[in-house]
Amino acid sequence: MNPRLYPLAATIAIFLLAWVICVTQFPYMLSTRVAGNLLTDNAYLGIVAVGMTVVILSGGIDLSVGSVIAFSGVFIAVMLRDTGLHPISVFAVLLVITTGFGAAMGWLIHSLAMPPFIVTLAGMFLARGVAYMLTIDSVPIDHAFYDLLDDAYYLMPGKGRLTLIGVLMLITVFFGIIVAHRTRFGASVFALGGGEATARLMGVKVGRTTILIYAFSGLMAGLSGIVFSVYTSSGYPLATVGTELTAIAAVVIGGTLLTGGAGFVFGTLIGVLTMGLIQTYIVFDGSLSSWWTKIIIGLLLLAFILLQKGLLRVTTARVAV
Amino acid sequence: MNALRRVTPQLLTLAALVALVTVFFPDFLRIEVVNGRLVGTTMDILKRGAPVGLLAVGMTLVIATRGIDLSVGTTMAITGAVAAWSITQGYGLGGALGLALLAGVAAGLWNGTLVAIFGIQPIVATLILMTSGRGIAQLVTEGRILTFSHEGMAFFGSGDVLGIPAPALLWVLTAAGVAFLMRGSALGMLIEAVGVNRAASALAGVNATVLLIAVYVASGLCAALAGIVATADIRGADANNAGLWLELDAILAVVIGGNSLMGGRFSIAASLLGALIIQTIDTGILLAGFPSEYNLVIKAGLVLIILVLQSPNLSHHWYALRRAAQSRRETAMASAKETGQ
Repeated sequence: MNPRLYPLAATIAIFLLAWVICVTQFPYMLSTRVAGNLLTDNAYLGIVAVGMTVVILSGGIDLSVGSVIAFSGVFIAVMLRDTGLHPISVFAVLLVITTGFGAAMGWLIHSLAMPPFIVTLAGMFLARGVAYMLTIDSVPIDHAFYDLLDDAYYLMPGKGRLTLIGVLMLITVFFGIIVAHRTRFGASVFALGGGEATARLMGVKVGRTTILIYAFSGLMAGLSGIVFSVYTSSGYPLATVGTELTAIAAVVIGGTLLTGGAGFVFGTLIGVLTMGLIQTYIVFDGSLSSWWTKIIIGLLLLAFILLQKGLLRVTTARVAV
Repeated sequence: MNALRRVTPQLLTLAALVALVTVFFPDFLRIEVVNGRLVGTTMDILKRGAPVGLLAVGMTLVIATRGIDLSVGTTMAITGAVAAWSITQGYGLGGALGLALLAGVAAGLWNGTLVAIFGIQPIVATLILMTSGRGIAQLVTEGRILTFSHEGMAFFGSGDVLGIPAPALLWVLTAAGVAFLMRGSALGMLIEAVGVNRAASALAGVNATVLLIAVYVASGLCAALAGIVATADIRGADANNAGLWLELDAILAVVIGGNSLMGGRFSIAASLLGALIIQTIDTGILLAGFPSEYNLVIKAGLVLIILVLQSPNLSHHWYALRRAAQSRRETAMASAKETGQ
């Protein structure tokens, strides 16, 4: 097997192992209900993690996504409350805003030659601040179209609900796989992650690609915000604090190298589901406290980072020989 | 003289901010003595800026080695929880402070080992503790907000020495101590050497591994002090909210202080001025009567302006402009001389 596939294989193996452990203790976890809920509860995280994967593959980082999701929810809720616009047109306006926001951050990163970490940190403050300025309260969404979206699900055998937002997440992941692994843009992203100088020599348009990468992340964050607003039926400026870190953790657990240049969008889906599974297990167990989730995710993170380090050493040693 | 020139931009920014706030709130600079304590907005800023100021001291050192420590906010939560727990368990003030500082050292050792020995990028290595640290803090507090009543401990949050609030004194003394240690010995220069080029400094005989670990331990210790101040201030440990997002404020303070995220030359005084600038903005926005919702947007705008001014690309342009102006002046002078003859 290609050594580059090891992290992905390890991710999938750990996910399957974790599920087997869960099922041996709680046989009910092998039901379509749990599977359906796993997809629904993590839909917004999965979508935003796809954007994060592309950013991290390019060697960057986007800290603004959690705030952008909160902004999206508030924007939708306030627009639906104060104007007579149909949700679909609000969604369209929102996606244009968040994509433009991402593109602007990409442009700043490229043209100022500043670290993405600091630029997107400013973006994080800005998006959260604008959300505060729109409202500081939790605004409920009460619209017939939202009821329609909420009720849209396919009843799987075993009474599990495959909801619209769960399916949307799977479609987004598929779309992300195509973009990252099958397009010229995706190839440029990987090249950029391998090293900017070499990418430039290969003919990658560095500026354009950087702007597109952060625009893509902004688009995904906006989409994730829409999904989150459907999921919670409200907009709250304090929502999804720290989601950017959860997304980064999911990407790393999914086997993507944080230095960029190597990884898989599919792995990120598995990473998101693994984290969701841990949470489900803790809910099933009932006696474990929720803080164990954070500790276990931290340990998983450590394990994957050490695994990647080890693999890197093994592969470079082989090249040297 | 050189040191003063280094912090001039930060001093000017701070002065401009103070002037701006004074326009909206004329009593800004007034300090009164009430019951033997200095009372006033500036004292309030010095006191409230203590956690970020303390974190910024450690963060400056870490960033000087081309690293970053994302875990300081959660370390604050852990050390605060440990301090509150040991007070309620009856270990006394000395025991509580010792255990909290020890927890800070442990956090720093963990980060430093991952960075220096395992060679993990700092942002990733410290992310691990950042995500799991609040879980550890909750493990200590058992998910509750641990409150305590202990005057000795509360002193670090609300006490005063000769009228000066204890937190303000603590961060000024810590900063002065660390700055003296760095500049009074070769330590500061060695840290800068590691930040500029770790491999080269190791070849030159600097023990880069030990130095890197020590820097993260220093950051952990600063976070522990900040955690003690935060816990003492509210007389309780809140594992969920203590130090939340303060790592970002601390990094911001260092960046506003003009320290490069790429490592190398650093100035602790400038970082502290950065922390004061942040706190003045926070307090100033409230005093000027703006709703606190504007706080983040104004902060973001300020960061962007500072980023643009500090941008490596832009400084290159500045340099080119100055060179052009200089050469023009020289040719003008030369031609003036010629015509004179």
